Amino acid sequence: MSLRPDLAIIAAHVPPGARVLDVGCGDGELMKALRDSRGVDARGLELDPRNVAAAVSRGLSVIQGDADTDLAGYPDQSFDYAILSQTLQTARAPDRVLDELLRIGRHAFVSFPNFAHWRVRLSLLWGGRMPVTRLLPERWYDTPNIHHLTVDDFRAHLAERGVATENAWFLSGDKRTGGGAANFLAEHAVFLLRRNSAD
Amino acid sequence: MLTTPSSLDQRLGLSRHVVLPGPLRLDGGALLAPVEIAYETYGALAPDGDNALLICHALTGDHHVASAHPRTGKPGWWQRMVGPGRPIDTDRFFVICANVLGSCMGTSGPASADAATGRPYAMAFPVITIRDMVRAQALLLDHLGVARLAAVVGGSMGGMQALSWAATFPERLDACLVIASTARHTAQNIAFHEVGRQAIMADPNWAGGDYYDGSPPAAGLAVARMAAHITYLSEAGLTEKFGRRLQAREQKSFGFDADFQVESYLRHQGLAFTDRFDANSYLYITRAMDYFDLAEEHGGLLAHAFRAARARFCLVSFDTDWLYPTAESRAIVQALVAARAPASFVELSSPYGHDAFLLDSPELDRVVAGFLGTGA
Repeated sequence: MSLRPDLAIIAAHVPPGARVLDVGCGDGELMKALRDSRGVDARGLELDPRNVAAAVSRGLSVIQGDADTDLAGYPDQSFDYAILSQTLQTARAPDRVLDELLRIGRHAFVSFPNFAHWRVRLSLLWGGRMPVTRLLPERWYDTPNIHHLTVDDFRAHLAERGVATENAWFLSGDKRTGGGAANFLAEHAVFLLRRNSAD
Repeated sequence: MLTTPSSLDQRLGLSRHVVLPGPLRLDGGALLAPVEIAYETYGALAPDGDNALLICHALTGDHHVASAHPRTGKPGWWQRMVGPGRPIDTDRFFVICANVLGSCMGTSGPASADAATGRPYAMAFPVITIRDMVRAQALLLDHLGVARLAAVVGGSMGGMQALSWAATFPERLDACLVIASTARHTAQNIAFHEVGRQAIMADPNWAGGDYYDGSPPAAGLAVARMAAHITYLSEAGLTEKFGRRLQAREQKSFGFDADFQVESYLRHQGLAFTDRFDANSYLYITRAMDYFDLAEEHGGLLAHAFRAARARFCLVSFDTDWLYPTAESRAIVQALVAARAPASFVELSSPYGHDAFLLDSPELDRVVAGFLGTGA
């Protein structure tokens, strides 16, 4: 089974044997890949009990909990990498979740759908309706995505909070796209972050 | 390590019983000697001894976890979970289940004969703790030649023992599975137990616990069981099962018979319980549960209880369990996270309240099998 493209990027950049916390780990697909192929010590946090049960039944260590409320108990810098894939935009307080991620992990992977992708823009501009796309398949009233953001929003936020970008990848479908026009061309983005050591 | 083929080894099999010399030093300061333990084993210990799995039973349980009760003929209390090809797979694990200290199914308890007098201990039996139960189990494992446990598994009071195992013998444990349990008894938990104990002690037959030559305090023990039984069920479960329906009658009797089905059910549960359980054991075991506070044993911080733990943990709660609600499991999980222990936690949905852990639950089976590595 092949990983979702953003997960594949993350999986390819976690060094073997690392300690990883996957926040919003779903049924543990990425954790399992990291464990089986790279000997990573992976732990997970997931809201949906059915997903947790599925992950535990794969032999993974996953705790049922909420990124908004259940990260506080994790000790500082207790993981090499904290991962938040496609979950930032569903948080009630995404800025605080990001802070927690960078406190718990020495590095953080964050991936999210880009609300400034041209399809989304066209849908709003010409249709005048909230976009329903491949990556944002839910309608306005049943979407879990309550804090839409764009690549440029995220970059501005990182600058404001003094977070360093170690690497970034931008995807349109399964294809990589450059960083320059990412805010227009990328359907989703993956950032590798760390706190600025000057902090 | 076992040297004899299991079929010849009298230590192994169903309805086993051993008298260990002890002495066992108890948390209360007393020494217990000898220590009798009733237990059962299933499956075979692997040559390298790495497949032993201990199941800890609940308050009124016994060691007949997956075999017919020798006296009543009823199936084992966790037969649906334990056996060949089951989530706790006896083809893979060497499963041990021992009757707890203080009980009345063959392990030393208040109904056992005091070696000093030849008569039942009654209230001269020392007050015990959950950790004492665990230490007695460790003695049994020594006797069986089991150095390490691949896993310890328990629901309700069995879960308390599993947690106590992780804190007391961290070096002997690889995995710890705790279902519908708690790291401490709350005021409400203690309160319900106190109602039960007072019902027993208010029964004139109790006679200060010294009733073994006469009639036992059956009425008091039945009331204790009735009160406790309510806490094992959910309000919605009771409503669905009984509602306000009347018992074998068309209208209310304007008397104090069991007019309602729920009354009749509870009376039956209480009465049936007195056939199989000793009232003094009920006092001692509920006391042990009330004394249980794993954080208190470790300087007030639950995370400290798991500092030396090397086991993987899995906690399961049920959304309608109000005896040991999800918040109690969450508190344990938070302590495990703070102690950086590998932990899983899931709250399963069930209409059946605390009792859910004993009932048919495919989700629980899947989690247990997966955590123990027997899943698909």
